[in-house]
Amino acid sequence: MEQITLSIQHITKTYPGVVALDDVSIDFRKGEVHALVGENGAGKSTLIKIIAGAIECDSGALYVDNVHQKDISPYHMRQLGIEVIYQEFNLVPALSVAENIYLGSFLGNGVVVDMASMEQRAGELLRAMEVDISPDSRVADLSVAYMQMVEIAKAIAKNAKILIMDEPTAPLTTHEVEVLYKIIEKLKAQGVTIIYISHRLNEIYDVTDRLTVLRDGKKIVTKETADTTRDELIRLMVQRETSNTYPGRNLEMGKPVLEVEKLCGNGVEDISFVLHEREVLGFSGLIGAGRTEMARILFGADPMESGTLKIDGIPVKITSPEVAVKYGIGLVPEDRKQQGVLLRLSVKENIVLPILKRISRGMVVNTGKESQIIEGQRDALRIKTPSFQQKVMNLSGGNQQKVALSKWLVSNCKVLIFDEPTRGIDVGAKQEIYELINRLAAEGCAIILISSEMEEMLGMADRIIVLSEGQMMGTVEKEDFSQEKILKLASGYKN
Amino acid sequence: MFKQFKKQLAILIILVLLVMFFAFAAPGFFTFNNFISLIRQISILGVVSTGMSLVLVSGGLDLSVGSQISLIGIICAALIVNGAVNPFLACIIGLVCIMLIGFINSTIIITANIWPMIATIAMMQVLQGIAYIISGGLPIYGLPEYMKWIGQGYVWVIPVPVIIMAVIMLIGSFLLNKTYFGRYLYAVGSNAEAARLSGVNITIIRTAVYIICSLLTGIGGLIMMGRVASGQPKAGANFEMDVLTACVVGGVGLNGGVGTMSGVVIGVFIMGVLSNGLGVMGVGEYYQLVCKGVVLILAVGFDGIQQKHANKKPHRVSPGNSQLKQEA
Repeated sequence: MEQITLSIQHITKTYPGVVALDDVSIDFRKGEVHALVGENGAGKSTLIKIIAGAIECDSGALYVDNVHQKDISPYHMRQLGIEVIYQEFNLVPALSVAENIYLGSFLGNGVVVDMASMEQRAGELLRAMEVDISPDSRVADLSVAYMQMVEIAKAIAKNAKILIMDEPTAPLTTHEVEVLYKIIEKLKAQGVTIIYISHRLNEIYDVTDRLTVLRDGKKIVTKETADTTRDELIRLMVQRETSNTYPGRNLEMGKPVLEVEKLCGNGVEDISFVLHEREVLGFSGLIGAGRTEMARILFGADPMESGTLKIDGIPVKITSPEVAVKYGIGLVPEDRKQQGVLLRLSVKENIVLPILKRISRGMVVNTGKESQIIEGQRDALRIKTPSFQQKVMNLSGGNQQKVALSKWLVSNCKVLIFDEPTRGIDVGAKQEIYELINRLAAEGCAIILISSEMEEMLGMADRIIVLSEGQMMGTVEKEDFSQEKILKLASGYKN
Repeated sequence: MFKQFKKQLAILIILVLLVMFFAFAAPGFFTFNNFISLIRQISILGVVSTGMSLVLVSGGLDLSVGSQISLIGIICAALIVNGAVNPFLACIIGLVCIMLIGFINSTIIITANIWPMIATIAMMQVLQGIAYIISGGLPIYGLPEYMKWIGQGYVWVIPVPVIIMAVIMLIGSFLLNKTYFGRYLYAVGSNAEAARLSGVNITIIRTAVYIICSLLTGIGGLIMMGRVASGQPKAGANFEMDVLTACVVGGVGLNGGVGTMSGVVIGVFIMGVLSNGLGVMGVGEYYQLVCKGVVLILAVGFDGIQQKHANKKPHRVSPGNSQLKQEA
């Protein structure tokens, strides 16, 4: 009999109008990596928030080491050794790595903080994790991947018995994911139970021992990961067979739309390529390879130091996003909530933002035309929202991303840049975004796709350009697509 | 949408309750004459609050409006009385100067990336200083009779400043609701970076909104000059707090992206009813000051508590995260 560290019994939680969790019972064993899988809105986040004590459940019981816990408060749950690493970091950017790791339990004599020993212990911890960060560096200066590592170190420093990771790999590149796997293995060996949430199915198979599938707030099944096939898992999650995850596209490439020559700036150097009508051009590389930076320069969000751009054969200067939009370039940025959508505005206001001037007579917005455009796209957009007046912050991540994409759909872009379009989005919504990309390509749009998800890259792109440290390492044609080849280029080996 | 409506209904009810209270507690409050005098009293507040609400919606703040009122009065009075400039021309020059100040405010805020609060507090002191320097610290008297018309005149039974306020509020409402400029203001105030990446020229929008605010403040300053029939170096002292309170009471958010013109109108009326009603009751100015401060705290606090409550819902973005992203 396996030892059960954490057991939840008959947990139910309702919000006005929605049953977020419906009579869910799960046992988590000591020293196992247990995946929670399900589409967005399946109830995973609600469940971990209940376990962490962040929200109260309506009914149900929670046992830690077979002891019934009556006091389910965040403080008490921490005392019991339950730590959560949320998708949204809880770090103080202005403080150092060591201070963040020991935040709330500073070492010292009660008056003066003992920085030296705190930094020393943080250093030891990070070395044990094989993470190369200096404990005295400011968190604000770290990349997202390293912030993630600091979050994990913070949890380990508190001697967590149960560690909950919500999409831990979302901001990480392939190499960093491997480092994370190693850390997980180590923790497992020490008997720590890890509850692992991820939308990336590969990871579920790479790292977890068992999995629990949630769908619409109900527990569907708990199984050994090894006994579950991929198709079965997807079927359990979405209750439909996804025969081909990447919808096929059979398009003849058109004339060149965007010609980039020796583009430099913002850490990228000498990037040259030609993008055609109806083409999906992939950009692959590790974090910091300069993909996002390149995209931002093309869109005019960051200045171009040198190089030439031609649109439809005519040289252009793109000095701001406003100019880029005028030339028919759109960008779906990597950071959805901060850059992609305006959370406090409605779906409609978000979508028509780039075309407001176009649909205005003089200064006055033509609201009739506005509604007409939105209604005309209603089916194509497939945004799940009670109405287009709904504020974007009330939508799920996948639907927010569809809003970010829709604004370029209605503005008839010639060139559309997608920067990590499916990050943190569930399988169903991903599929719809792929279909939207294909539809855009079919309509003649030229597409640049930036993605850290290798499968997505191989499945969606017609051609892949690999960057490393701001430089072009090579171009891989469709017939030569292979994970090894791209990884090799991305790690800086030219062939 | 509905929430916004509910909030407006709430402040409307507060206004009605206030009116009812004073109608009973202050004899002479609920009369036609007092109503006319009340709307005349709030006209400057209404004009300047219209400008301020636009700035607030765009995520900015202008605390130098009080000093701008003082300065335009001094500039115009000095030009007319000491410089013998044509009064009409003097007013135009004054308005241009004040709009220039709006431009300087926005330029400092945008290019040096300073908090609007700090930048405009500094500007407030600069402008107040200039007003003292020009006037030597003393009021400038001797304006021609007809200059008083803008502050004290009537068209039929309606005071001129009230007509000006009504026109400006209508224009403000039109600007905010019907034009793409207004929609851009909400977008920039809601998330400037996302707006920029949607192709909105946020620099122009942010610059324009400060200039518009200054223009309206300048008009408010001219009404003030007409009302006191002189250039007073301290004419607009502390006025920015009244304006801010009226806007916030009217439901304009301090974080940008939230606010309606109808709310501002109600906010302005609440402020007017409070100070007029207390005045009629014979409550002294010092007590009124305390009262206004308490109203501001209540309005901001109410907003804060509501936001805190809303943040507890799971689908909201955690504020900690957005802060992190901004700093990083």
